[in-house]
Amino acid sequence: MGDFYNDGDPIADTAAPEGPIETRWERRQFNAKLVNPANRRKLTVIVVGTGLAGGSAAATLAEAGYKVKSYCYQDSPRRAHSIAAQGGINAAKNYRNDGDSIYRLFYDTVKGGDFRARESNVYRLATVSVNIIDQCVAQGVPFAREYGGLLDNRSFGGTQVSRTFYARGQTGQQLLLGAYQAMERQIGLGNIEMNARHEMLELIIVDGKARGIVVRDMVTGEISTEMADAVVLASGGYGNVFFLSTNAKGCNVTASWRAHRKGALFANPCYTQIHPTCIPESGTHQSKLTLMSESLRNDGRVWVPKDAADCQKPAAEIAEEDRDYYLERIYPSFGNLVPRDIASRAAKNVCDEGRGVGPGGLGVYLDFADAIDRLGKKAVEAKYGNLFEMYQRITGEDPYEVPMRIYPAVHYTMGGLWVDYDLQSTVPGLFVVGEANFSDHGANRLGASALMQGLGDGYFVLPTTLGNYLAAGPFEPIADDHEEVVAARTEVEDRISKLLSINGDRTVDSFHRELGHIMWEYCGMERTEEGLTKAIGLIRSLKDEFWLRVKVPGTGEQLNQNLEKAGRVADFFELAELMCIDALHRRESCGGHFRGESQTPDGEALRHDDEFSYVAAWEYATGDSGKPTLHKEQLEFEYVHPSTRSYK
Amino acid sequence: MALTGILLIGFLYLHMIGNLKIFFGAEAFDHYAAWLRTIGTPLLPHEWYLWIQRGVLTVAVVGHIVAATILARRARQARPVKYAHRPKVQGSYAARTMRWGGVIVLLFVIYHILDLTTGTLNPNGVHLEAYKNVSTDFAPGRWYVTLFYTLSIVAVGFHMRHGIWSALRTLGQQSPRGEVIARATALVLSWVLVLGFLVVPFAVLVGLVD
Amino acid sequence: MDIQVRVWRQENRSDNGRMVTYDVKDISPDASFLEMLDVLNEKLILDGDDPVAFDHDCREGICGACSMVIDGVAHGPEKATTTCQLHMRHFKNGDVIDVEPWRAAAFPVIKDLVVDRSAFDAIIAAGGYITAPTGAAPEAHATPVPKKDADLAFEAATCIGCGACVAACPNGSAMLFTAAKVAHLGLMPQGQPERDTRVLDMLQAQDDAGFGGCTNMGECTQVCPKGIPLTLIGRLNADYRKAVRKKL
Repeated sequence: MGDFYNDGDPIADTAAPEGPIETRWERRQFNAKLVNPANRRKLTVIVVGTGLAGGSAAATLAEAGYKVKSYCYQDSPRRAHSIAAQGGINAAKNYRNDGDSIYRLFYDTVKGGDFRARESNVYRLATVSVNIIDQCVAQGVPFAREYGGLLDNRSFGGTQVSRTFYARGQTGQQLLLGAYQAMERQIGLGNIEMNARHEMLELIIVDGKARGIVVRDMVTGEISTEMADAVVLASGGYGNVFFLSTNAKGCNVTASWRAHRKGALFANPCYTQIHPTCIPESGTHQSKLTLMSESLRNDGRVWVPKDAADCQKPAAEIAEEDRDYYLERIYPSFGNLVPRDIASRAAKNVCDEGRGVGPGGLGVYLDFADAIDRLGKKAVEAKYGNLFEMYQRITGEDPYEVPMRIYPAVHYTMGGLWVDYDLQSTVPGLFVVGEANFSDHGANRLGASALMQGLGDGYFVLPTTLGNYLAAGPFEPIADDHEEVVAARTEVEDRISKLLSINGDRTVDSFHRELGHIMWEYCGMERTEEGLTKAIGLIRSLKDEFWLRVKVPGTGEQLNQNLEKAGRVADFFELAELMCIDALHRRESCGGHFRGESQTPDGEALRHDDEFSYVAAWEYATGDSGKPTLHKEQLEFEYVHPSTRSYK
Repeated sequence: MALTGILLIGFLYLHMIGNLKIFFGAEAFDHYAAWLRTIGTPLLPHEWYLWIQRGVLTVAVVGHIVAATILARRARQARPVKYAHRPKVQGSYAARTMRWGGVIVLLFVIYHILDLTTGTLNPNGVHLEAYKNVSTDFAPGRWYVTLFYTLSIVAVGFHMRHGIWSALRTLGQQSPRGEVIARATALVLSWVLVLGFLVVPFAVLVGLVD
Repeated sequence: MDIQVRVWRQENRSDNGRMVTYDVKDISPDASFLEMLDVLNEKLILDGDDPVAFDHDCREGICGACSMVIDGVAHGPEKATTTCQLHMRHFKNGDVIDVEPWRAAAFPVIKDLVVDRSAFDAIIAAGGYITAPTGAAPEAHATPVPKKDADLAFEAATCIGCGACVAACPNGSAMLFTAAKVAHLGLMPQGQPERDTRVLDMLQAQDDAGFGGCTNMGECTQVCPKGIPLTLIGRLNADYRKAVRKKL
């Protein structure tokens, strides 16, 4: 494997205070340098992305008095993909008096992350979780309430306490609108300069500090350089490297990747969350996958035919004794409610055996016939009516009559730019928040934790830690003709001209789709040394082909959606390769990363804490070797001691 | 729009009820017409009340039209490029015909005043011979007048149905229950008014009034 | 299935634009409307033509980016459905389908089917929020909210800001959009202190952006993918009158 990467020096998080975990955040806040309110006006912060993390950060920083410049590729900050989160947001409020606490949320999150997350960060996340709910309620987020007028909670994602706050199936939407409205207020007051339909294409580093970005106005095509005292990336995850995922079509890695190329380490890129209950592909036209709430597994029973020969038959013609309720068979105590990664892999296994149903054999049944018999159609409708409707709208099939078909899909990426406790990357002045960083979920994210992390970072963590950095500012103004600025700008312009000039014979989407197939096949639910090695070769040759044969129509001086896509796909190629290298080097199974070579005799994930209890932080492949360099951040578990998950 | 509209609807109702006096015979009806001129006396001189009412109604009509014109102009400015595919009506036809319906109603009102107020276009056309003016106006031979009258009254009905419902919304109606009541009110008031007005010409047509 | 689409093509803001007909062959009835356009675009690119630009993002009916008037109906023939969730099975082989952008002065066309909806953001910036700076929030349970109000506020808050209401309104009015936000915030106890200024400022911003006036046509609610009810406009009117009265 030395063929693929170099070993580098270890790396450590020096920002987190030592000592009792309960007071680390308080001590960090106290020790952080403060910025005089009068000076804040002189400090400019760039925030890229307007989802839960970016939106809440921009609003909060502007409220504090900083000058904020915000950028998003969508036509409005309200459309960031946080809007699509369904389930809910966790908080250790213990409103149910069911034994929840900050410590328990911390414990569950570290354990749920399969012991690959940093304890300090997770404890802080659990601490600020309670403030998030207060903040959102004050903004008018219409959470579900009980008849007494107090907030309702539910249990989510297999936890034993009810700590999830929700707004029907649209929690992400409501939380994002809260942050968006706070942001719009600051835009109205002139404290935020909002630049929608602007895409960040390069990071500008001057004297070792992140000082600005190069952006393209997606309407006019104008390339401009935007300078500031610090840069915050809140640009989301990279699930779209798989082409088909539950991410929005525009989600991309470009902002993170450009920063990575400029020196920011990229941590744990291979940790990918694959969600088991998505609507399967219906054909080659498929452009994205749609998630359905996991709650469906509470009453639906998952099965496939025992005999592959039955797969083409309508479900109703397959007799009860010819059905294999495989989750109930393999995991008798958890049955259909096993965690996401286990349910996903089991579905893949039965489909690999040729027992999948539906188009291409890529689907398993999720059957509500028993639930309808037991509870009545009315009760099932009351619980799942809107999900059934959504399913029927997309597939044209009535789930009350025929069983639903589901298949796993890429949903979230736990990896991201490496940050310390202050959420600062390895490039000083470059901060990374939300899904774009790697910090809090380890190898697997629990349900209802993504929203918590995004808002925790943006509302509460970043405003403190960024202040500590900015206290040394304002920094020397950088002129537009500074050599680093000009170089970054030229790089962007050259890249765009290159993409437009190839004028080959394949579309961007055809490359993206092919890349997605490779990633799904070899770097998806189960990874092997052989497969990953093969994938790296395939990705490299596809990348070469891309730069020779891609056809990008139109010009750079107009709205050009294919040019946008081409730039993003070009970065996905490089990321894909790093993901495979990361997956290849991690010869253990943990969380969202399952290595075929590392399993127990009965096929369960096998972690190797002695060898792999570290964060893999990758340095971009510069220099002659053309290989990325691995820096390891050793993880210490002082409070939650590693144990094995079992659901049998 | 809502305020002037409600004022006009109030007038139409009084007008419609007054019309029904025709079923009490020529004397009663003509007496009613004469009585209208004595309202307010002796406090007000003869016919003054009627002129005040005419003044108020004119102001209401003008106000109604001015408001509608402003809205229509704003609508045109708000959509400078029209849809190539004519938009399908998803809401109600009553709502979509407000503007042209309003124009038809206005033309009718002008004709109606020339016909039965000034008598200019009436075959009898004698002042205060209200009963005879009406009965000759809608005589079977003049079926086209009856037809025009009927169509115009139906247009008034459509206009009112959306108008009443819309006025209630403008004035703040907002509950789902209120919605049902508002729709029912609009429908009933429009139907009653249309029937109340139409019963007169049809009575003339079938000879019930002659 | 094989169909024809007649699509509005407009190079940029100043171009006049026109409907252009394209054949789209061999489309799966399971494809979404946007996926049908993806297929068309792939072909256009390889033929050396300019692909059709259209806004889209989440493709699961929640981000509000997609925005097409299909055969004269905003978001197409299915009720309570965004364009991205509309599937080709609702059309027939041989259909000729007209596709146009939202048409409103406040939503100028940027290219083809892509329009600029920043006027909506301006309406929110004028008052569509509750002033609650981070850190100042009281304990979440300090103020109970009656479930009925919370549920109604949620219904109003489900607006995705797509602009179909404006596209469908014969007056080009944004009243349903504004009313939804005024109702959402006005129904919560937290939203009371700014209730009067909110409705006045948001309506002013709406007028300034060049939207038309509301005449309660009801077309908006018919095409709204989230079924925002017309009754909220009554609520806005009541709030508006109250606010004006207090100001006088």
